[in-house]
Amino acid sequence: MKLPIYLDYQATTPVDPRVVEEMLPFFTETFGNSASRNHAFGWKAEEAVAKAREQIASIIGASGKEIVFTSGATESDNLAIHGVAEFYKEKGNHIITTGIEHKAVLDTCHYLEQKGCEVTYLDVDKHGCIDLQQLTDAITDKTILVTLMAANNEIGTIHPLKEIGEITRSKGVFFHCDATQGVGKIPIDVNEMNIDLLSMSAHKIYGPKGIGALYVRRRKPRVRLSPIMYGGGHERGMRSGTLNVSGVVGFGKALEISQTEMDSESERLINLRERLHQKLTEQLDYVFLNGHPTKRLPGNLNLSFAYVEGESLIMGISEIAVSSGSACTSASLEPSYVLRALGVGDDLAHSSIRFGLGRFTTVEEIDYTADKVAGAVSRLREMSPLYEMVKEGVDLSSVSWTSH
Amino acid sequence: MAYSDKVVDHYNSPRNVGSFKKEEDNVGTGLVGAPECGDVMKLQIKVEDNRIVDAKFKTFGCGSAIASSSLATEWVKGKSIDEALTIKNTDIVEELSLPPVKIHCSVLAEDAIRSAIKDYKDRRTENTAE
Repeated sequence: MKLPIYLDYQATTPVDPRVVEEMLPFFTETFGNSASRNHAFGWKAEEAVAKAREQIASIIGASGKEIVFTSGATESDNLAIHGVAEFYKEKGNHIITTGIEHKAVLDTCHYLEQKGCEVTYLDVDKHGCIDLQQLTDAITDKTILVTLMAANNEIGTIHPLKEIGEITRSKGVFFHCDATQGVGKIPIDVNEMNIDLLSMSAHKIYGPKGIGALYVRRRKPRVRLSPIMYGGGHERGMRSGTLNVSGVVGFGKALEISQTEMDSESERLINLRERLHQKLTEQLDYVFLNGHPTKRLPGNLNLSFAYVEGESLIMGISEIAVSSGSACTSASLEPSYVLRALGVGDDLAHSSIRFGLGRFTTVEEIDYTADKVAGAVSRLREMSPLYEMVKEGVDLSSVSWTSH
Repeated sequence: MAYSDKVVDHYNSPRNVGSFKKEEDNVGTGLVGAPECGDVMKLQIKVEDNRIVDAKFKTFGCGSAIASSSLATEWVKGKSIDEALTIKNTDIVEELSLPPVKIHCSVLAEDAIRSAIKDYKDRRTENTAE
């Protein structure tokens, strides 16, 4: 086993060697611009792009013409939301989302609010699930878009996409789904789920960074978008800019592998995740699961270790790469907004750790991690005044703390 | 974030972790911070003849908070009460090379020292009054 151990697969993933191999010729031999229509260099590049486009489209149940390549999911989210808001501004100005979406969605919505859009943020319950009735009731004749993620990047909770799509379709409202954490990990079919726009990213599924796509429905109903970048009119005018051909090829291959291996990989990851969870709760008290117990990404385990601050815990397990919802690990000094929206107290948000498991995670690594984390938590609790007080029977909520 | 060697050293080998019995006459206890803010420090001093002869701490917080309180216990030991009150958070920032986002950890450690001394003095006054 090699140290350090990478357990932050929801942040990014290593590129699969099979993907690298597929990409390599497109840096040197087949380097052409896929928009060059008058020579073989261009044709070969275009051929590779067309193949990847079909690969990606067929996996999500779309056609190649509905795939717009972008620089990643942040751009896809921006293009989808801005694009619809701008193009359909005569029709309406109301957008529906939740408070636990990725910042690429939330910050775009905040910007549009300043420009006169109305945004409804649906409530989520303690597991991060929305209430479908509340969604139905929130749709008005001014609503142009519902934007909800497939699976949450912090807590792993999966939204009921099929049920959401039934509601949006019956109400005649577009459904944008940020599936950055979903494609290649859970089954997604844009027709079965009535999804009209779908954001994807390659680097979350063992593809390269800097490449993503937006699925834009062409028929029943046709979705139209105003571009956010202007130039050569690439990608049917929706996203100008020379295509990142090697990236596109890598993305296609990465998604194809993820899709082929999805069933066996999900099962393997769920087993590893449950093993880690069980080993930690066997050795430690006051461990709380964040997110839904079962409707969650196979490779996501988000736990709060009460009375221990997340950053200090990460420091204690320096050979294991994880992330925390603690404020101390972010520049904002605010704990995770996702955990906050779930009603997890700020104290437990500061104590949260996200374990992101993936393709190259082994049983040995999981067992090592469980022991290291349990050891570090125990040591830090020995020096935690809160743990001492709780053990003495003090109700922490009865203490008058000096907030600063 | 990269930590200074001194922060890492205090985190790995914290000085004076533990607790005194709060009720003891010559013990002063400071409890500062809040769980919702992500840091709580408990710093205790044991005083004899107006001199701090021993100190203990327990901290819930990031590595810099643990290091700041660990350092604070080291520094107050052997000092008179008046001398201990001259310890400034800026001294802690300098000693541990804390980055700007971690300055609040040093402020909290200074508060913890003051709060422990205040508790000691308050309880002495009560006892004398009896």
